[in-house]
Amino acid sequence: MVATQSNQPLSSEPHTNRIGLTQADYKGAVSTLCDGCGHDAVTSQIIKAFYELGIEPHRVTKLSGIGCSSKTPAYFLGRAHGFNSVHGRMPSVATGVSMANQQLLQVGISGDGDTASIGLGQFCHIVRRNVPMIYIVENNGVYGLTKGQFSATADLGSKLKTGVVNDLPPIDLCGLAIELNCSFVARSFAGDPKQLVSLLKASASHKGTSVLDVISPCVTFNNHEGSTKSYKYAKDHEIPLHELSYVPFYEQITVDYEPGTVQDVEMHDGSHIMLKKLGLDYDPSNRINALMTLQKAHAEGQFLTGLLYIDESKPDFTTLMNLVDEPLAHLPEGVVRPPKAVLDEIMNSLM
Amino acid sequence: MKTLAQDSAQKVDKGRVINDFSIQVATVNGSGSQSSNSVLMRSIFQMGIPVSGKNLFPSNIAGLPTWFTIRINKDGWVARAEQVDILVAINPQTAHDDVKSLTAGAVCISPIDLKLDAVRSDITHYQVPFSELAAEATDQVKLRKLLTNMIYVGVIAELLGIDQNEIETSIRRQFEGKGKAIDLNLVAASKGQQWAKANLKKDDCFYVERMNKTSGKIIIDGNEAAALGCLFAGATVVCWYPITPSSSLCETLIEYLKKYRIDKKTGKATFAVVQAEDELAAIGMALGAGWAGARSFTSTSGPGISLMAEFTGYGYFTEIPTVIFDVQRVGPSTGLPTRTSQADLLSTYCLSHGDTKHIILLPGTVEECYSLAVQAFDLAERFQTPVFVLSDLDLGMNHWMADRLPYPDKPIDRGKVLTAQDLERLGKFERYHDVDGDGICYRTTPGTNHPLAAYFTRGSGHNEKAQYSERPEDYENLMKRLDRKYQTARKYVPKPELDIDRQARVGIIAYGSSHCAILESRSQLRNAKLPVSYLRIKALPFTEELRQFVERLDRIYVVEQNRDAQLRDLIRLELPEHAMKLQSICHFSGLPISARFVTDAILGEEG
Ligand SMILES: Cc1ncc(C[n+]2csc(CCOP(=O)(O)OP(=O)(O)O)c2C)c(N)n1
Ligand code: SF4
Ligand SMILES: [Mg+2]
Repeated sequence: MVATQSNQPLSSEPHTNRIGLTQADYKGAVSTLCDGCGHDAVTSQIIKAFYELGIEPHRVTKLSGIGCSSKTPAYFLGRAHGFNSVHGRMPSVATGVSMANQQLLQVGISGDGDTASIGLGQFCHIVRRNVPMIYIVENNGVYGLTKGQFSATADLGSKLKTGVVNDLPPIDLCGLAIELNCSFVARSFAGDPKQLVSLLKASASHKGTSVLDVISPCVTFNNHEGSTKSYKYAKDHEIPLHELSYVPFYEQITVDYEPGTVQDVEMHDGSHIMLKKLGLDYDPSNRINALMTLQKAHAEGQFLTGLLYIDESKPDFTTLMNLVDEPLAHLPEGVVRPPKAVLDEIMNSLM
Repeated sequence: MKTLAQDSAQKVDKGRVINDFSIQVATVNGSGSQSSNSVLMRSIFQMGIPVSGKNLFPSNIAGLPTWFTIRINKDGWVARAEQVDILVAINPQTAHDDVKSLTAGAVCISPIDLKLDAVRSDITHYQVPFSELAAEATDQVKLRKLLTNMIYVGVIAELLGIDQNEIETSIRRQFEGKGKAIDLNLVAASKGQQWAKANLKKDDCFYVERMNKTSGKIIIDGNEAAALGCLFAGATVVCWYPITPSSSLCETLIEYLKKYRIDKKTGKATFAVVQAEDELAAIGMALGAGWAGARSFTSTSGPGISLMAEFTGYGYFTEIPTVIFDVQRVGPSTGLPTRTSQADLLSTYCLSHGDTKHIILLPGTVEECYSLAVQAFDLAERFQTPVFVLSDLDLGMNHWMADRLPYPDKPIDRGKVLTAQDLERLGKFERYHDVDGDGICYRTTPGTNHPLAAYFTRGSGHNEKAQYSERPEDYENLMKRLDRKYQTARKYVPKPELDIDRQARVGIIAYGSSHCAILESRSQLRNAKLPVSYLRIKALPFTEELRQFVERLDRIYVVEQNRDAQLRDLIRLELPEHAMKLQSICHFSGLPISARFVTDAILGEEG
C-alpha cells in the first residue's frame, strides 16, 4: 500500500520523509474542535504515522460520518481527497470507493455515536466484508456534537455532568468486530501516542478492515469525575497488552530481543509488528482467547489496549471481487462497453 | 413502439374473430405455469402475430392465485385488455369467480372435475380430463401437476389453430439444455392437442392466423432491457438490495456481466457487484463509487427509495454522479408489492430534505428502459448528480414485444473530470467554481497525482473551494448555482415524444407505461370522432416542448397511474398560467391502465 520504495533510512533526512515531503505536507485545515479534545490528539498521530511511513497523500482517501470526530479528516492530509458523509454511513461510502479504485488507501474516522448507534449495521457489514480500510472510532462515550448525550459505548454506571447515570450496558466495538471475524482489531487511547502511532502504521500495512477503537476523551462533556472515558480514568486504568513496535517493509529489523519475549507478526506488505510481552502472555492471533480476554477485562473493569486480534490470511473484499488490476474508475470505453457483436448475439437470443 | 394505424373495430371476419382476443390463465403461484404461458405466448409471436403478456401475481412464493393474460392483437395494441375472451380456469380456489366475471360468449377451458358448466351456461365450455392426460404423459406423480400446464397449451393450440411446429420450437427454447424436460413437455403438449382434436368440437369464434408483424422483433421485459442498458453504458459498480419488482434488473445484469465483462486474458472482472445490507448502504456505496470515478448505480423500488432519501440529498448537494432505478410498485408502505404504479414521481423528484430537484428519466417502452438507462449514466456524469430512472412493475416485469435494441450511437460521456495533466496546465482548481457558467463545475477523482487535485466533499455548507462555510452568500450562491445546473439540464434531457393532430383541440399528456394504452385510446377516440394530440414526457426537468404543446390546445388530459395527479401538479407548477387547462385522469388500482379506461374518461368529459 506504500507507494514507493527507497533505501534511504529515515534518520538521514530529518525534515523530509522518504518521498521528500515534510510533516507539514500531511497536515490539513486548522482544527475547530475544543481545546484539548482527544480527537485532535488522534489527528496528530495520524499525521505523524503517514508522514513517517512516507505514504503519498494523493493515494489516500479520508472518509467520515457525522460528529466532532467525523470533522477531523479536514484536519489532516490536506492533499488527500476527503468525504465527510452522512451520520453513520461512512462504511458504505468506503465500500463503494474500494470497488471503484482498489489502489487507494482509505482512512475512515467515526465516533462512538456514529458507529455504535446509527451506524452499527454498516459497521458490522464493512467488517464482515473485510473492506480494506483503516476504521478509527474516536470513542468518547458521548455525542459530542449534539452536546453530550450518552452514546452506546458508555459504561454501565458512568455519569454525565448533569448527574444522569447510564443504566444500559455498553457495546464493545472491539468485541463485536472480533465476533464478526474482523481481521485487525486494536484498542488504544488518545493519551498514549506511542502505542497509537504504531497501531496506525500497522493498520496501514494491513489488507482488510482494521478497526481501531481509540478512547478519545471529550473534554467538554465527558471528562469529569464519574466518567469512564475521561483522560484521568483512562490513564489510571490502561493496561497495555504488550509493547508495540512497527517495522516498515523498507527497513531492517535491527532490535534484538530475548527469545520468547517478542511475538513478530509479518504483515501483508512485508512490514512487521513486534509485540513485546508485558505482564500478560497474550497471543493476538487467537480469536477465542481475544474474546475471552475482553469479556474478563469488562467484568473486572480493566481498560486493555493494544493489538487485540489480527488475521493476515483473511481475504479482503476487493480481492474476493477478482477485479482487473486497473481501477474500475479508470477503465476505458473499449473495456466497459462490449462490442456490437455482443448486443447482436443477445438480440438474436431474444427473437 | 410504432403505432399500427388501423383500428381493431373490424375484428370479426365471417363469424370468426381472428388475431384479436385475450387469453387468461388462472393458476396457483409456484405451480410452474410460467413456462407454459411463455411457450404459449412465444408460439403465437413466432406466427407473426403481435402479443403481449401480463402476469398478475401475488406477493407470495407458492399457493396463492395468479393470473397470466396474453393479449393477441393484429393491430399491435399491447396495453392491458379489460375483457377476457378465453379463460383457462385451472385454479379451483378462484374458478367460480373467474368464470362469473366472463362476458357472455366467452370461452372457458377447465378441468372436468371442477364442473364449471354448472356455474355459467352462456359461455362455451371445454372440459378437459387434465389429471388423466397427465397420468398418461408420465408415471411420475410429482410431475403430473407441472405437466397439466403444458397440456392446456396443447388444448389451446388445437382450438385456436396454433402451429404445432411453433409450439415445439418454443418448448425447445424454453427448456434449452434440459433434454428430459423438453421431451416430457413435448409429450404433454401433444397429449393435450391430440385429446382436443379427438374429443372437442370447436364451438367458439376465436382463431389465430399467421401474420408477418413480428419479424425482426424481440420479446423482453423492461428490467432485462434496463440491465442491458447498464451493460452497454459501461456501468462498473452495481449496488443493490433485493426488492420486487426491481430485483430482476440486477439479477439479469449479473448474468450478462459474468458472460461479457470478464477480461479474457486474465479472467478478472471489469465490474463489481455487491448485494448491500439495505438500501441505505446500497446508495452509499453507489455514491462512494461515483465519487471515486466509477459508473455506479443502484436499483430499487418505493420502500428502498424512501430509505435512500438522506443520501440522495447528499449526492445532489455535493454533486456526485450515480444512477438510481426505481421500478415502481404500489405504495405507500408495503402497499401492493406486486402491482404496478406511477406514484413515486413527486417523491423522487425532490427526494431528501431541503431544496432538491432531481433529474428523472421516464421510459415509456422497454426499448426506452434500455436507451434511457444508457443515457442516465451519461447525464449523471455530465451533471454530477444522482439521476433517477423511473419505470414500473408493468414495464419492468411483464413481457413486451419490442424492436431489436440499437447499439449506442454516442461515445460514453464522463463529464467534466480533470486529470493531473489538466491541473498542471490550469495551475488552479476549485471544486465548486462554475467556470463555464452552466452550473456544472469540474471535479477530480481520488488518486489523481497532483498537489492541486484534492478537495473535501461535505454535506455541510461549502464555498467554491469546497471549504466549510456558513456564510449566507456562500450558501445562496451554491443553491442558485445548483438551480442553474438544473436549468442547463433542460437542454440535455430527452425531449418529449410529440404527436400532433392538426384538428385536435384536446390533448393528452402521459408518461411511462401508460404509453401503450394512450396509443390505443387515441385510435378509439378517432373512431369516436375525437381527434387528440399527444405529448409523452420522457424526463424531468421539463423541456420547452411542453409549454408549446399546452399553449396550442384548449384542454389537456394528464393521464397517470397514481391517485394524486402528480405529473399534472408538476406541470401546473411549471405553467401556472395554464393550470386550468390541465385536467387529470388517474388510474391507481394496481392493474396496468387500459385504453378503454382512458377513452371512457375522456369521452365522459368531451361527450
Ligand atoms: C440522521 C442524523 N441524525 C442525527 C444527527 C445529529 N447528530 C450529529 S452528530 C451526532 C452524534 C455524534 O456522536 P459521535 O459519533 O460519538 O461523535 P462525537 O461528536 O462524540 O465525536 C448526532 C446525533 C445527524 N447529523 N444526522
Ligand atoms: S464537544 Fe467534545 S468531542 Fe466535540 S470537540 Fe469538544 S471536546 Fe471534542
Ligand atoms: Mg462520541
